Amino acid sequence: MTMLLQIEHLQADVAGQPILKGLSLTVNAGEIHAIMGPNGAGKSTLGYTLGGRPGYDVTGGAVTFAGQDLLALAPHERAAAGMFLGFQYPVEIPGVSFLQFLREALNAQRRERGEPPLSGGEFLKLAREKAALLRMDMDMLKRPVNVGFSGGEKKRAEMVQMGILDPRFAVLDETDSGLDIDALRICGEGINAIMRRADKAVLLITHYQRLLDYVKPDFVHVLAGGRIVKSGGPELAHELEREGYEAVVS
Amino acid sequence: MNDAAVLDLPTRRDEDFRYSDLSALGTVWPVAREQITVPPGENGSLSLVPEGPGVAVRHLVITLGDGARFDLRALNAGHAFGRIAIDVRLGARAEFTFGAAQVGGSSETLEIVTTVTHAATDAVSRQTIRSVLAGAATGTYLGRVAVARGANGTDSNQSVRAMLLDRTATANARPELEIYADDVKCAHGCAVGELDAAGLFYLQSRGLTPADAKRLMLQAFIAEAFVGAADQDALSAAALTALEALL
Repeated sequence: MTMLLQIEHLQADVAGQPILKGLSLTVNAGEIHAIMGPNGAGKSTLGYTLGGRPGYDVTGGAVTFAGQDLLALAPHERAAAGMFLGFQYPVEIPGVSFLQFLREALNAQRRERGEPPLSGGEFLKLAREKAALLRMDMDMLKRPVNVGFSGGEKKRAEMVQMGILDPRFAVLDETDSGLDIDALRICGEGINAIMRRADKAVLLITHYQRLLDYVKPDFVHVLAGGRIVKSGGPELAHELEREGYEAVVS
Repeated sequence: MNDAAVLDLPTRRDEDFRYSDLSALGTVWPVAREQITVPPGENGSLSLVPEGPGVAVRHLVITLGDGARFDLRALNAGHAFGRIAIDVRLGARAEFTFGAAQVGGSSETLEIVTTVTHAATDAVSRQTIRSVLAGAATGTYLGRVAVARGANGTDSNQSVRAMLLDRTATANARPELEIYADDVKCAHGCAVGELDAAGLFYLQSRGLTPADAKRLMLQAFIAEAFVGAADQDALSAAALTALEALL
């Protein structure tokens, strides 16, 4: 079994406030892990800290990603190493076209890995294929990044990006929030199609069981107070849904 | 204004030169006024692009006849001191479009000073100014819109935004309205800010280097000044070269 991500006793502050307080987690290739937990537990902080967002300061612990010290890498280097962060609130960037940005991003990653860039034609073919997978109109990708997109469209566009960038590891922060029932199914199927492979892994951060009906996790962890307080199989998600965090955590 | 007054080097007390680099200005003073006249009903356009480093000072005097249209675009970049002054006089139903970008770093001083006079009814003026300033650069926009008595139906807009890449850079913006008519629409918006940190992180999380993420966002910011220009591609390419020199 290949270890893809190993988080050891990770501690992180946001604006001087300790949020992650010694979080440990190991994810092997081929696995899907779900992180659940109450509001304020540190779920999004975990995602941003793994992505390297400025303002999320690591104060202790270590993270190894595919044999590399993840915390020593800049955000764009983490992306090139194969990490993808799906945002809970994807950012709108006026004036920057989705397709132009994604082509530049993909080719920047390829350059960093010593691979040749994709031509315009090759890139468009790839983008069209991934947009179709997520049932997204290509015309939307000609628009500025996320501008004027509904909440559900933004989340589907995140999955299209994941499909195009083809990461080895995805941290998906509440990809299910803001999705209607159909979009939830489409995103779930997209995650499976793109990431359900023996050499890839996913960390799904979610509040609810419903996404896990489509993307079946191998492991479920409860994050509370900045630590993993309980781990189990898929049945743990059902238990949480039935009994609430308080009963399960205490 | 008599000839003697034109020949005197301005001082800081002159509002139009308040933020100027007067010693640089002195090396090219007096500045010839370039006359542009668009006859009634006709169209014209002009793009000003940088012609090399050093001091570049232009002063255009543009007269638009009734129903005439003029589209002016400018890139003020790559100069130790770059100044573009424009006096425009619009006849009835005339339309004036001005889109300009200023891109400067180190201790450059860049300025755009406009006076747009709506002399008759139903004329339209649109100004879009975008400045990107790094280092200890200063970027200034002084824009006066004068609406003459009886120039009803005037429609004027000034959109002025500046992006500071370093806390040591300076942006000055002063839209000024002088209105002597009743039925007018004179909009003006002005903002000075920094690049959106959330946007920068989003782009980098997808694999763009910090410099490329900045460049992409700044290109989009500047492009607003060149939308609809006949030579939009050439202007954008020149602006990109100027931006890359800053990053």
